[in-house]
Amino acid sequence: MAAEVMLMNEIEAKAASMGIDLNIDFNSIQLPRGEDCGIVSDDEDVYHDDHLEFDSGFGNVIVVDNLPVVPREKFEKLEGVIRKIYSQIGVIKEDGLWMPVDPETKKTLGYCFIEYNTPQEAELAKEKTNGYKLDRAHIFAVNMFDDFDKYMRVPDEWAPPEIKPYTPGENLQKWLTDEKARDQFVIRAGTDTEVLWNDARQSKTELVYKRTYWTESFVQWSPLGTYLATVHRQGAAVWGGANTFNRLMRYAHPQVKLIDFSPGEKFLVTYSSHEPSNPRDANRVVINIFDVRTGKVMRDFKGSADEFTIGGAGGVAGVSWPVFRWGGGKEDKYFAKLGKNMVSVYETETFSLIDKKSLKVENVVDFSWSPTDLILALFVPELGGGNQPARVSLVQIPSKVELRQKNLFSVSDCKMYWQSNGEYLAVKADRYTKTKKSTYTGFELFRIKERDIPIEVLELDNKNDKIIAFAWEPKGHRFAVIHGDNPRPDISFYSMKSSHNLGRVSKLTTLKGKQANALFWSPGGRFIVLAGLKGFNGQLEFFNVDELETMATAEHFMATDIEWDPTGRYVATAVTSVHEMENGFNIWSFHGKLLYRILKDHFFQFLWRPRPPPFLSAEKEEEILKYLKKYSKKYDAEDQDVSMLLSEQDREKRRMLKEEWEKWISEWRRASEEEKLERQKLRNGEASDEEEEYEAKEVEVEEILDFSEEVLFEE
Amino acid sequence: MRPILMKGHERPLTFLKYNRDGDLLFSCAKDHTPTVWFADNGERLGTYRGHNGAVWTCDVSRDSMRLITGSADQTVKLWNVQKGTQLYTFNFGSPARSVEFAIGDKLAVITTDPFMELTSAIHVKRIAGDSTEQTEESVLVIKGPQGRINRAVWGPLNRTIISAGEDAVIRIWDSETGKLLKESDKESGHKKTITSLTKAADGSHFLSGSLDKSAKLWDTRTLTLIKTYSTERPVNAVAMSPLLDHVVLGGGQDASAVTTTDHRAGKFEAKFYDKILQEEIGGVKGHFGPINALAFNPDGKSFSSGGEDGYVRLHHFDPDYFNIKI
Repeated sequence: MAAEVMLMNEIEAKAASMGIDLNIDFNSIQLPRGEDCGIVSDDEDVYHDDHLEFDSGFGNVIVVDNLPVVPREKFEKLEGVIRKIYSQIGVIKEDGLWMPVDPETKKTLGYCFIEYNTPQEAELAKEKTNGYKLDRAHIFAVNMFDDFDKYMRVPDEWAPPEIKPYTPGENLQKWLTDEKARDQFVIRAGTDTEVLWNDARQSKTELVYKRTYWTESFVQWSPLGTYLATVHRQGAAVWGGANTFNRLMRYAHPQVKLIDFSPGEKFLVTYSSHEPSNPRDANRVVINIFDVRTGKVMRDFKGSADEFTIGGAGGVAGVSWPVFRWGGGKEDKYFAKLGKNMVSVYETETFSLIDKKSLKVENVVDFSWSPTDLILALFVPELGGGNQPARVSLVQIPSKVELRQKNLFSVSDCKMYWQSNGEYLAVKADRYTKTKKSTYTGFELFRIKERDIPIEVLELDNKNDKIIAFAWEPKGHRFAVIHGDNPRPDISFYSMKSSHNLGRVSKLTTLKGKQANALFWSPGGRFIVLAGLKGFNGQLEFFNVDELETMATAEHFMATDIEWDPTGRYVATAVTSVHEMENGFNIWSFHGKLLYRILKDHFFQFLWRPRPPPFLSAEKEEEILKYLKKYSKKYDAEDQDVSMLLSEQDREKRRMLKEEWEKWISEWRRASEEEKLERQKLRNGEASDEEEEYEAKEVEVEEILDFSEEVLFEE
Repeated sequence: MRPILMKGHERPLTFLKYNRDGDLLFSCAKDHTPTVWFADNGERLGTYRGHNGAVWTCDVSRDSMRLITGSADQTVKLWNVQKGTQLYTFNFGSPARSVEFAIGDKLAVITTDPFMELTSAIHVKRIAGDSTEQTEESVLVIKGPQGRINRAVWGPLNRTIISAGEDAVIRIWDSETGKLLKESDKESGHKKTITSLTKAADGSHFLSGSLDKSAKLWDTRTLTLIKTYSTERPVNAVAMSPLLDHVVLGGGQDASAVTTTDHRAGKFEAKFYDKILQEEIGGVKGHFGPINALAFNPDGKSFSSGGEDGYVRLHHFDPDYFNIKI
């Protein structure tokens, strides 16, 4: 990278010296077809697959082998059969079916070539008909035409793989050892992607790494913050390193749209959806699961979009993402997918279904994993017009034993919220009233870690209130609910413990009439930001739930996104380019003090770099908490030094600016003085400078008031 | 003090100008009638009827006797300030965008827009003391810059002309020969159309405002960039306090991109900055559309703003304003 950057600098310098404008619209430049002008692409090997297709032009041709060998009379019949089979899969090009004939025997050779309109169709045809039994003696062997080349090139002799010497990898977690214990974040604005330090002490950012055109659609941190993933047309890539960002691995997946890491960041799931050639067909979906470190495809799933869109609200392109949800905490042991009347749970040792069978659940529409344990929560809606009640059940994996089940009556919809430690599960159920004309909402609270998993029902004080938002306190026992009707809903806080009885939920407080529609708990719990996004124009209230008091109210006008840093010390609010105006982000302290504000046009993303869970043992953490005063002394002193330094710098800067300005003023005075006479001449001699306007002019005026003659001497 | 809302124009304001004494305020708008107001109480004093198109700009002579206006009707007119009568009409083949009297009021610089096959141009006209002797011909015509020239003003001693416009470059021309003397640096200069340019009272430095959301302060003689003021909105109008070290930027979202949800969204504020420290001091809200024109009273105790909403707002500063410390 360094070499490239240098090169670019040199080019710019050269261009500047030659007076050439380097501001070129790169999109307008197109290299001649098949000509790269000797420019080696950064992503050459990812491109490679594509090139093969386009260069040879045979990417849409398949070869069908093991056909019956037939004489001339039967040629047309056989051709008809083949055409019938293969035109079901896609559109065969005109003259796209060619079955060669032996010129001597006039018999077919037992194979044919089929050319489709698109490579996708060809691929699909290969998948679907490879192994197709025409009759007992003729089982089709179908290959892509391009693959032949590849197979031909396999050397006959086995060569031992070259063993590369071991090179120790970089410390990918070095950012955690920052002396100032700062956090990083990535922003994307315009074509630039930047990773920055949040230097809150100095109220500014510090650049870690910046790259233009780093990604073609978006970036994403891995869940533990080790990697930054970028998404390109040819696939995804992950970046990381000790001090900078180097490409660590690439995952080829043409036209990838979405990506998802497993929670322990061992695997990367990539998703793409392809237009079918026949508009009546559903989109074709390709999902690959890669091993993040080796870059190997561990398993791929292909099929029509319908197979992947069961249940869920339907996110991008009709698929509720992530399709595969990971369970079992950071071990990355299991992942599951919702299917029709079933939940398919796979395990990552073999990448196959547990017990080779999916979990059959009639009419299941939603499921979610416990964030820590191998428990699946399943939701089955009401059926048969209420004869069969809706049901939430907890199922243990891999044993598939049902731990708990709860039937819910007259439920129209249901949402499941896990507390981050997997201790509690809240099920929000929207129920019909008796007349079925309206709905009201209640909560079923499961205590997962207690014996027999007791369930408690919670209803709001005013049952008819609409629930606008719900959020568990991370690692805590409290939750917050925004309820009521717009424009000024109420916010209530509940605890799963009450003062005298540990096993009962109790209300802590209700805040009336707040301009809020979203809840953002600090990752450490205790503090929460009550935010009014969208319609509320970015109202923010920083609330302390321990003391039940508001720490600060503020506004980030038009804010669209809010994210706490992973330590719970800072909050970032951002206006992304959903609006055209105000784009940029603010960084706030946890108690609602605005630290700094940065404006960027075309602002797309703000993401804090996640931190892995602390490596300290629970005892050690407790010890630190106990002696926090002692530890914090050092940091307090540092803070003070920095603030002294800052105000000193600030004073110095102001003094310099003033001095510089004075210099200009005196320069202007001098020039003005020099030009004074000439200026007067231009104005026909009229004095022009302001001070002269008020110059006192002495004018002697004599006036005769009276005239009298007196004779003084009389002689 | 409560701003005085001056309703008299039917279309968006385009330009505001105080006379030297600071007792009169001239306003131009897209309706065809420049208007003169008492700068103290905002009372309307009179109008200048005769233009047949949007009036983009005006200037008033030092003795407040003559007004010059430039209009989209492809004319520049000289008026008798007191009587409101037309003294003379210069005809051009394209709309006139900016006018300014030279020191001594014996010359005027006029810019015209590119129109049909005509390119934009800077014209220098001799202004006769007696308007019956006024002639049409130009002393000098400068062509060259691409796109509209939004503003052209005289440099010190009328020796130079400073122009700025759509190509985002500020140029200094020799007013005798029409030779290009200096050009602003592409790196440090504006990145988008320069919409406005205003000189300091003594002409030693000037301030330019641009759609690139910044205003820049330049030395008139050397074209040295002295300061940059960054804001969140495209800048349509700039003004400098003659009294304190303050600059004011006005603008707002493009009228076509304005949302209807909240007037705050457009940021139609006049923003005050400390001229030396480049820090924002405060803002004056009020307009319901972008601010197109700003002017300071020569005494520095009041300023007025003209908006896309068709209103002129006249603000007399409260005593606190004169004690602002940052």
